[in-house]
Amino acid sequence: MLWRAGGALRLAPADAGALWFTLWQALLSAALSVAAAIPVARALARRRFAGRGLLVTLLGAPFILPVIVAVLGLIAVFGRGGALNDALGLIGLGPLSIYGWHGVVLAHVFFNLPLATRLILQGWLSIPAERFRLAASLGAPVGRLLEWPMLRGVVPGAFAVIFLICLTSFAVALTLGGGPRATTVELAIYQAIRFDFDLGRAALLAAIQFGICAAAALAVQAVRLPDTMGGGFDRVVERWDGGGLSRGVDAVALSLAAGFLLLPLAMIAARGLPGLADLPPGIWAAALRSLLVALGATALTLVLALALVLRGGWIATLSGLLPLAASSLVMGTGLFVVLYPVVAPRDVALPVTALVNAAMALPFAARILGPAVAQAEAAHGRLADSLGLAGWTRLRWLLLPRLRRPLGFAAGLTAALSMGDLGVIALFAGDGQATLPLMMVRLMGAYRMEQAAGAALLLLSLSLALFWIFDRGGRADADA
Amino acid sequence: MLTLENLRLQQDDFSLAADLVLPDGGVVAVLGPSGGGKSTLLAAIAGFLAPAAGRVLWNGVDLTPLPPARRPVSILFQDNNLFPHLTVAQNLALGLDPRGRVTAEQRDAMTEVLRLVGLSGLERRRPAALSGGQQSRAALARVLLSGRPLVLLDEPFSALGPGLRAEMLDLAASVLGGAGRCLLMVTHDPEDARRIASHVVVVEDGVAAAPQPTAALLADPPAGLRAYLGR
Repeated sequence: MLWRAGGALRLAPADAGALWFTLWQALLSAALSVAAAIPVARALARRRFAGRGLLVTLLGAPFILPVIVAVLGLIAVFGRGGALNDALGLIGLGPLSIYGWHGVVLAHVFFNLPLATRLILQGWLSIPAERFRLAASLGAPVGRLLEWPMLRGVVPGAFAVIFLICLTSFAVALTLGGGPRATTVELAIYQAIRFDFDLGRAALLAAIQFGICAAAALAVQAVRLPDTMGGGFDRVVERWDGGGLSRGVDAVALSLAAGFLLLPLAMIAARGLPGLADLPPGIWAAALRSLLVALGATALTLVLALALVLRGGWIATLSGLLPLAASSLVMGTGLFVVLYPVVAPRDVALPVTALVNAAMALPFAARILGPAVAQAEAAHGRLADSLGLAGWTRLRWLLLPRLRRPLGFAAGLTAALSMGDLGVIALFAGDGQATLPLMMVRLMGAYRMEQAAGAALLLLSLSLALFWIFDRGGRADADA
Repeated sequence: MLTLENLRLQQDDFSLAADLVLPDGGVVAVLGPSGGGKSTLLAAIAGFLAPAAGRVLWNGVDLTPLPPARRPVSILFQDNNLFPHLTVAQNLALGLDPRGRVTAEQRDAMTEVLRLVGLSGLERRRPAALSGGQQSRAALARVLLSGRPLVLLDEPFSALGPGLRAEMLDLAASVLGGAGRCLLMVTHDPEDARRIASHVVVVEDGVAAAPQPTAALLADPPAGLRAYLGR
């Protein structure tokens, strides 16, 4: 990719602006997400209430929620004709626009507030209950004694990982950003390829994007990060502080967060249902293409992740980390630049999308499978050794059966991620090759919002269904 | 006949020396304080721990370079002796063939062994659907079926109640001792040793001592063992 970029090493002034915007919007998004997450996580950590489990589950949902669907939901709430502006109009305040930098940041906070909350909640729950008891018996201030040191450990990690995620924002910037003041590097890459067909500039931009993401990924490795994939969120620590005013603060934090997260989803359902009756032609073909890409990516990811986890070593670590630095669009650009002289990109759009999606999901899948393999080996490895189970027979009799749950979970995540991915497909697809997310973007671009909402509901249902089926499949018959 | 020839085991800053011969056809108990190296000794014989020096020989054949599955050794651990996701029949089949394929004759042998340990008709059960005693029997059945002459028991019955444990020990001794075989059993209860073991190997202070006849040893234990036994 770099080689292809050579010779065209000049950036338009707009590209420097894109770089600047990418950095500061990611900083702002991460800061807002973390700041908003702290009161929400504190409330979840110290309150017991009906629906708490549901709310925690909901906090995991944005991970498998297609970005483009969420964007449509946010437009439905915060957009020009949205619920918020209707309400503001009633009291005579002028319409707010969601398009521009504040829309990009809003969408990023929507996606990352739940992640930040889970990370910080994990930190809160990691404080042993005995410490709270001790603090209560001494009458010591819980905040300064226990919570502040915990936050100092957890918040930098949460901030760094969200900063990294926001750096690679493409779908949000494509739909809500744009223009000189709200173009990310990824969006600039896309425009360089699709509109200017300047492959050299695209490759250079992709190299820049990879550089800043790799630097951020290294920074993320350096900070301690709790694992939110597992469970354990159902614990509420017994506390002796926090009556009176703080009760009200917690209630407000939880209501605001739940409303902020739920309202856009509710709007998609409300607007999508009528849209379902009027879906554009070709939507089912697009859905089928998305499904095939998702299933292909899932199969590929599972095989690769299993191979990585079983082989181990630095190659495994590196190939598990690289996709964190190289976003879907950066990888897509590389493949586009390499493939362009050989084949027409549109001929390989779907396989390339599946491949890139598989690579994107690989770090997550490997992180899910790794501990499970270690656990199976720790518990049953010696028995397997003494019976002479090696290679394929070990995989068949020991590992695959023990890995059913994590395999199902990883497959569900990959399928849902791939189903909703809008990155590489936007570069490669011709007219007749749109996947469901790309179809939605095209409908939104044509201001056919009713149909876009219908497509969004379809996409959301398919993503959730895929996740549910795979995850369920891993749990079935798991009595052993 | 099991020979430990100038064996020296090293794990971090723990070390254990053994230079001894176990008699043929016997049941030998390994006795000693916790953390003394009893399990380490068994792990080395089974091939899970490479010795720092010395050799492990079975009937004069050097086992030291062989991986666990290639040794004439079956081992039962404290737990996890059955794969929880496989049925009893599948677990037993893996004792015969790592690919889990069994011939008709082997299937008959499985039925016979299950009858011997009192598990007839439970082939299709998973371990979770068996009681603790039944799980131990199923693991014993696999050891029996694999027919390896040297059997190592690393306190596999320690989770069972006293009555059931005695029953399992008697069963193990009756089917796993005998000519051409050797049963080596870790225990921290001298009663277990008195019940089935002809000899005792005392492991303490970094040394596995040569086997002594059980009755004589327990009647007049050396100083270290005496302290451990609380006498």
